[in-house]
Amino acid sequence: MRVVFKTSYDRDIDLHEHGRSRARIAVLLAIMIVLPFLVGDYYLAEATNTLIWALAGMGLMVAVGHTGQVSLGHAAFLAIGAYADSALMNTGLPFLVSFPLAGLVTGLFGALIAVPAVRMSGIYLAIATLAVFVIVEELVIMLEPITGGVGGIMAPSISILGLTFDRYAALDHFYWLCLAVVALVTWGYANLMRSPTGRSFLAVRDSEVSARALGINVTRTRALAFGLSSGVTGLAGALMGHYIGFFNYELFSIFISINLLLVVTIGGLGFIQGAFLGAILITAVPQLIAILRDNLVAVGVDLSGVPGLDTMIFSLILICFIIYEPTGLYGRWLKIRTWFEVFPLARRDMFRRQKSYLKTERMK
Amino acid sequence: MSLLEVEDLAIHFGGVKAVDGVSFSVEKGEVFAIIGPNGAGKSTIFNLISRIYQSTLGRIQFDGQDITASRAHDIAGLGIARTFQNIELFDHSTVLDNLLMGRHTHRRTNFVQDILFLPKVRREERQHRRRVEQVIEFLELEAYRKKMIAGLPYGVRKVVEIGRALATGPKLILLDEPASGLSVEETRDVAFWIEDMRRDMGLTVLMVEHDMSLVNQVSDRVMAVANGRTLAMGTPAEVQAHPDVMAAYLGTGAAA
Ligand SMILES: Nc1ncnc2c1ncn2[C@@H]1O[C@H](COP(=O)(O)OP(=O)(O)OP(=O)(O)O)[C@@H](O)[C@H]1O
Ligand SMILES: [Mg+2]
Repeated sequence: MRVVFKTSYDRDIDLHEHGRSRARIAVLLAIMIVLPFLVGDYYLAEATNTLIWALAGMGLMVAVGHTGQVSLGHAAFLAIGAYADSALMNTGLPFLVSFPLAGLVTGLFGALIAVPAVRMSGIYLAIATLAVFVIVEELVIMLEPITGGVGGIMAPSISILGLTFDRYAALDHFYWLCLAVVALVTWGYANLMRSPTGRSFLAVRDSEVSARALGINVTRTRALAFGLSSGVTGLAGALMGHYIGFFNYELFSIFISINLLLVVTIGGLGFIQGAFLGAILITAVPQLIAILRDNLVAVGVDLSGVPGLDTMIFSLILICFIIYEPTGLYGRWLKIRTWFEVFPLARRDMFRRQKSYLKTERMK
Repeated sequence: MSLLEVEDLAIHFGGVKAVDGVSFSVEKGEVFAIIGPNGAGKSTIFNLISRIYQSTLGRIQFDGQDITASRAHDIAGLGIARTFQNIELFDHSTVLDNLLMGRHTHRRTNFVQDILFLPKVRREERQHRRRVEQVIEFLELEAYRKKMIAGLPYGVRKVVEIGRALATGPKLILLDEPASGLSVEETRDVAFWIEDMRRDMGLTVLMVEHDMSLVNQVSDRVMAVANGRTLAMGTPAEVQAHPDVMAAYLGTGAAA
């Protein structure tokens, strides 16, 4: 096992405890940066999609994983982000202004609806956020001048400093744009979690009564978390709009909300890394299923007539994770890594006591 | 003037008069113990002082300030810290993070500064850490710094909770049964710590405790309660010799 000798408090305050983990992130980022030179357009588009899902996943993770607020309404924040960004760009604002504004608008909206909702938890909050989703969906259809109603709108093409970032004209540029946004948000998120604000989120999640006794204003903390959560999801929504190009309300269906919840639960509640692993899974599984289908057709089995196969497989994966690995993909990865680090000293019940569920997952 | 003054405090849950007109005051630097049979209303008194419960009647004054109508999250900032009878730690965080959460009232940065992790945030973090390390040293928690609460033995969790209360830098600390469920050795440690809190840190301690040997050892004054009412108040010996107290304990079958 690796033992890190610490010589100053900064070693604990820094984002990375040791050089090796910093190097790992650097390598990963480098690979992501050169990806457009390594893969073709098809896979680059998929990678872009995964990045956008990871961004939305991080948004939901703040609420569900780090503050213990379950939300079934996050598709609504994707929608608000997408429509706000397009509407602002159509007024002539450049993307560099409209994009952060879209996030801000969504965040404020989220914080606003969080205030009456903060007293709720578990299933009640889930239902309240579902109601918000339904209302937003109706509004999107009604506000035809901005949203194009049922027909939908075309996301304006992005250009920054004269350079085009259009998803179709310059996919590689658009990919880099998404990567930059994701990298920035991840950095801010990691900062948040090592600071007093992040700790107050965890405190509210794990014990409301002692959070209050320590001087934490639970209502304000939850509203802030929900606002940040919806703000980041709004940013993801804006990118998603540009990625899809032409979209209407159907892009932001309730299934997107549910898929986002899958991203954070399967990925690993309470870990930023979980949002990424979950996003990879949620975008890769349909591809894998498609490949599987094709191969099965080749050997004479035709599954194309089976509806809802994706959903069924996702559900099965989710059930298996909740029963066997409540800490998600990232938790599993940590265990595998520890097993190698202490090899051959790993014991069977080394993680036994850690198999506990976050309060988020218990419905009270 | 006393540090904490409680006057005619009462709370009724429907028909249950959990606390029914209790008055007492705790002097600065004192160790004051509340004893009484199960269901007497001891923890409820704590919850009233920390403003988690809204009192039906009565008044609470702390450090010359009326806190009867204060909000629960403003209590810590005034200098009152507490532990809970059924340990309320942040289970999915490390010991270190739990103690750092105790520093919340001392934070001077807002969330935007936190997200950008400005140099100011780092400076403050170092300072919080320094304070927390003092608590870790005092309670000998060095070995557990980076351990998750969820995997820790009961006795250690109990100590961490005391540590988290100390990390807030309080004037008054409320300990709800600090020795319940602890071994004889661990209880002895708790007794030493309470002595040190008073002597070295200048703290005032208000505690609820069933272990009479601990009460006798550390407390200056004791108040016995039963059915939400005060039975007796005075030195540990006086209170234990009081006929009403003996009757209350014998009545519920608990050994005094
Ligand atoms: N939130 C509540 N709602 C209803 N009744 C309550 C509530 N809190 C406490 N009570 C009641 O108040 C009475 C006093 O409870 P309290 O927890 O203060 O007892 P205690 O003296 O701390 O007992 P113990 O030694 O068992 O901890 C009990 O009858 C309890 O049922
Ligand atoms: Mg009690």
